[in-house]
Amino acid sequence: MSLRVSDLKVYYKTLKGQVKALDGVSFEVGDREILGLAGESGCGKTTLGKSLIRMDGRMRHIGGTVELDGEEMPIGDDRRMNAFRFHEVSLIPQYSMSALNPTRKIGKMVAELLHSRGVALDAGKLRGRLDAVGLPHEVLDRYPIELSGGMKQRVVMVVSTLLDPSLLIADEITSALDVSTQKAVAGALAAFRDDGLVKSMIFVTHDLSLTYQIADTIMVMYAGKLAEKAPAKEIVEAPRHPYTRLLINSLPEVGVRYADRKLTGIAGSPPSLLNPPKGCRFRDRCPLAFAQCEQEPPVVEVAPNHSVACWKA
Amino acid sequence: MRRYFGRKLLVYGLTFFVAVTINWMVPRFMPGDPVSSMVARTGASNPAAAETMRVYYTGLFGLDQPIWQQYFNFWATLFQGDFGISIWAFPTPVSEIILGAVPYTLALMIPAILLSWVVGNWFGAYAARRKALDNAVLPIGYILTAMPYMWLAVLLAWGLGVVAGLFPVAGGYSFSTRPNWSWDFFLDLLHHWTLPFASLFLAALGGWAIGMRNMIIYELESDYSNYLSALGAPQRLIRRYAFRNAVLPQITGLALQLGVLVAGALVTEIVFSYPGLGSLILKAIQNQDFFLLQGTFLFIVLGVLIANFIIDIVYVVVDPRTRAGMAGAQA
Repeated sequence: MSLRVSDLKVYYKTLKGQVKALDGVSFEVGDREILGLAGESGCGKTTLGKSLIRMDGRMRHIGGTVELDGEEMPIGDDRRMNAFRFHEVSLIPQYSMSALNPTRKIGKMVAELLHSRGVALDAGKLRGRLDAVGLPHEVLDRYPIELSGGMKQRVVMVVSTLLDPSLLIADEITSALDVSTQKAVAGALAAFRDDGLVKSMIFVTHDLSLTYQIADTIMVMYAGKLAEKAPAKEIVEAPRHPYTRLLINSLPEVGVRYADRKLTGIAGSPPSLLNPPKGCRFRDRCPLAFAQCEQEPPVVEVAPNHSVACWKA
Repeated sequence: MRRYFGRKLLVYGLTFFVAVTINWMVPRFMPGDPVSSMVARTGASNPAAAETMRVYYTGLFGLDQPIWQQYFNFWATLFQGDFGISIWAFPTPVSEIILGAVPYTLALMIPAILLSWVVGNWFGAYAARRKALDNAVLPIGYILTAMPYMWLAVLLAWGLGVVAGLFPVAGGYSFSTRPNWSWDFFLDLLHHWTLPFASLFLAALGGWAIGMRNMIIYELESDYSNYLSALGAPQRLIRRYAFRNAVLPQITGLALQLGVLVAGALVTEIVFSYPGLGSLILKAIQNQDFFLLQGTFLFIVLGVLIANFIIDIVYVVVDPRTRAGMAGAQA
């Protein structure tokens, strides 16, 4: 088992109180597994992604543990966490377009970054990786401003995976790309795993259809908690959680005309996580809600590898 | 590259023309007549003699010609390197007076501006995100910036000059000495230079430190800093990148400062009776010395333009994005 997260709680410290962005989440990611992490804005997926590599100043590790390859990661300790970053856990950030220092040539920046981490630059390996994502070697002599958005994205992908990390977190990396580029990026990520550059991957996105194409397992989160986790095919074809069902129903289907039936979203919005309601957090928007939903539903494995947190599942 | 600098040079040429024209016009709009005050100074009581002198001086300075003719004469003589003759210090040529004052102003302003810039930037960058230091730098910086520089000059002159008696409070050198190339004279110059320099240096320091501190915090919060942190890069590297990028707007600020080089020293020079261009401007205005005023303003204009041109070049060297702009790209 590559990554094991148990009952992880990460809260944001704000002036109004604690925002419970991640409130007791447990899951595992196996070797050579790509986990797609889906959910709408504010469900805690980015918080989870950040928690695994670098918390920002407002985040507090409240409880729970994260184990990577059998070793516990000190996610709340910024200093000690440094040993894991880049070597063991790496990140392709949401903001790839602006992730590179604008006043340094890319090759020089990579060399300085590696040097600062005490790693010798293997020029051959770097060039090989550039070839793998279809970038010419000249990009190393260019400034970020001289590259297109897609090229910058690929440069970041190469840099992030240069030390062959065990876990790669890809945080909403396709949001800013057009559809054909999205497909290419998703393909490149799958290739990283297939070529053994990374052992496992968490692919954070709000785009279920894209996740479905590359993820082995999809985990749907809602309001800081796990809603449903199952193999990708199963979650799309036979979702159990009402939230997952609504989420999938709100996607357009290929070949279907929507003349008679309007695509519907999910009415309402997620609850405030400052003082989340007791019981099931989806209760207020759920068409199936009943009395028992006043109590929090436990995460139950309803079929092999298929866990759902819903009384009606 | 050539097109970029060609365009820049054209803009500078136009600016020079307009600025010099305005400089020529401004003294002539001043009320009063320089020649009559000059004649009055000679104390000629005989009206006929006074009239003769008036006609002589008016002809000498070319003030009897129509105004447009005066303007063309001005440009013609300017290109021959002739700035005219001073009215206040008649008959010394303006260029000679200015060349005597320029070294004092430059020796005062260039170290004050450059050192305050370097020290302020370094200090601000160092203090940013270091709690205890930051809490000290910020208020001290605000106090220094908010303090009018002439008031600071008066304070220093009074405290260190009059009360403590450590430094002289007036002049560029002791009245008992004559300028010469000796070690003693140099020390004397330095002694007189310290207080005006310190007042300018301190007044500018706070602003640079605060500006740099804010820029560094902005840069440390930017995406590339976050990315480097996520990859575990040490603070040293991230801060180095942040500094390099944060210094770019500061360079623009420096260009503006260099631009007001002479004007900035004006009040300081007056407080310390320092024999620089600032004091000259004051004397020129008081004596309605058209030619001296024109000449000093011309120097200021040249200074501003040269400073800006140098900064343009520096920018091309330090910011690769300007180089992209030269190829016609929009930033």
